[in-house]
Amino acid sequence: MAVLKADFEACQGYANCVVAAPEVYDIDDDGTVVLLKQEISDEDRAKVDEAVSSCPTSALSIED
Amino acid sequence: MTDAGPADGPVPSVVVIVGASVGGVRTAQALRRESYQGRIVLVGAESDLPYDKPPLSKQYLGGQWTAERVALLTEDAAKDAEIELRLGVAAEHLDVAGKQVVLSDGERIDYDAVVLATGSYARPSPWPVESGVHVLRTIGDSKALADDLADEGPVVVVGGGFIGAEVAATAISLGREVTIVDPLEVPVGRVVGNEIGALFTDLHHRNGVSTHFGTGVESVEGSAGDLTVRLTDGQTLEAATVVVGIGARPNDEWLASSGLLVDDGVVCDEYCRAVDAASVFAVGDIARWMHLGHGERCRVEHWTNAVDQASCVAHNIAHPDDLRPYRPVEYVWSDQYDWKIQIVGRPARGTGHQLIGDLGRPADPDAATPRAVALYSDGAGQLIGAVIVNWPKALIASRKLLAAGTAFADAVAHLEGLAAAAPQPVRTDT
Ligand SMILES: Cc1cc2nc3c(=O)[nH]c(=O)nc-3n(C[C@H](O)[C@H](O)[C@H](O)COP(=O)(O)OP(=O)(O)OC[C@H]3O[C@@H](n4cnc5c(N)ncnc54)[C@H](O)[C@@H]3O)c2cc1C
Ligand code: SF4
Repeated sequence: MAVLKADFEACQGYANCVVAAPEVYDIDDDGTVVLLKQEISDEDRAKVDEAVSSCPTSALSIED
Repeated sequence: MTDAGPADGPVPSVVVIVGASVGGVRTAQALRRESYQGRIVLVGAESDLPYDKPPLSKQYLGGQWTAERVALLTEDAAKDAEIELRLGVAAEHLDVAGKQVVLSDGERIDYDAVVLATGSYARPSPWPVESGVHVLRTIGDSKALADDLADEGPVVVVGGGFIGAEVAATAISLGREVTIVDPLEVPVGRVVGNEIGALFTDLHHRNGVSTHFGTGVESVEGSAGDLTVRLTDGQTLEAATVVVGIGARPNDEWLASSGLLVDDGVVCDEYCRAVDAASVFAVGDIARWMHLGHGERCRVEHWTNAVDQASCVAHNIAHPDDLRPYRPVEYVWSDQYDWKIQIVGRPARGTGHQLIGDLGRPADPDAATPRAVALYSDGAGQLIGAVIVNWPKALIASRKLLAAGTAFADAVAHLEGLAAAAPQPVRTDT
């Protein structure tokens, strides 16, 4: 299982991740990303990879 | 030899990507995500390692972010992903029939598929002076401008679009006196309509930036530290530094000799393949592709478009038997002063709009940071776009509603519900 990480300081609330993978990422009222899951399965991997790469501030990562 | 293209054959074994900025880098990375096993060669005219542009008018220009923070691809990351870098050398010619990219040092690289990602360049200043006048496109431009902004003295920004507005916001935060000049009465009106656009003009004034809108520039004379900007209405402005932000043009001149159809960008089909060469793809600022949702060809100069289009093109190269049309909902952000602005869809095409929330600065400094969304409807009563300020939940809702296709009235009801459910938070940062 891959573990999701987020750099909450770097996040600027652009919501690209939420659009790419809404079941994994959300944003709170202050505009900071919220991880809805800590770990993801292999089926979700491609979608989450895409969400990670869509972040304009490189705030997201996945650790295997 | 004709160019039948990968769509008619196997997955290509060599992909050459021309242009090593966000569109090109993300295409290379997305190809690996798609489990593409072949060679990837990434060619870039600049000798710097690939870097990102949005911070060049914001955090990097202001000195909050370092060059490391704006890097898009390190040498190690390129090596790990087996992306061959050819930096500091421009592509000069595309031999479509021979399937070769010809570089300025004479090297010819064979390809099975080529991705054009040469982006755009800043429209140059029409006023030649020896020094002190800047455009902003590359990291070198941003460094040079930051150096001049470190000196005392007034700054004149020519062009009231997003880059101009961001430079003005950064310059005033550095303690400079700033004036923006634009021939349009409401520069942002082109994108968001004049009524909402006027709120963006107020934002400059509230933050101490002067504007001369509806006035053009006649001439710029002098040199760094001592420039005179003459306006079409006869006024003159003294400036130490002038920044010219009057738009960008696609970097497509190098393709003139290729025979490809180029018309303000590389003309592509819905799969982002050149209409006249199926092995040639285009991504980012340079692509003019057929957007099936809009029923017309579009060219978009925004970051998220380059990234999304890169994913789509990588998929189409790696899966020639499962081509996907590219039909995104447009998305761009801009950070100006204490406003985080996002624009979704095509508000400029709207025939009417409704503002939910408030964008005026309240007299009471303890009041909440302004937050609002303007929703735009098309002639048929559908939601066509949204402009969001400081309201992340409204941003997500607007992007979802637009992607799903929503009646304007339903969208208004949804966002009014959101406003009622979560009242504006009290300002805590002042
Ligand atoms: C200062 C600034 C601020 C911005 N802010 C935002 C923002 O807040 N939000 C947003 O959505 N968008 C923003 N943008 C726009 C966004 O950065 C662009 O849409 C994006 O960079 C486009 O990526 P691209 O890869 O298509 O092209 P580009 O980034 O233009 O890159 C093209 C690359 O190709 C190279 N190249 C050109 N010709 C050749 C050749 N013949 N051979 C080899 N290489 C070549 C260039 O050197 C360059 O590295 C901003 C742009 C600038 C300049
Ligand atoms: S895409 Fe990046 S910056 Fe935007 S909300 Fe997600 S983590 Fe934050």
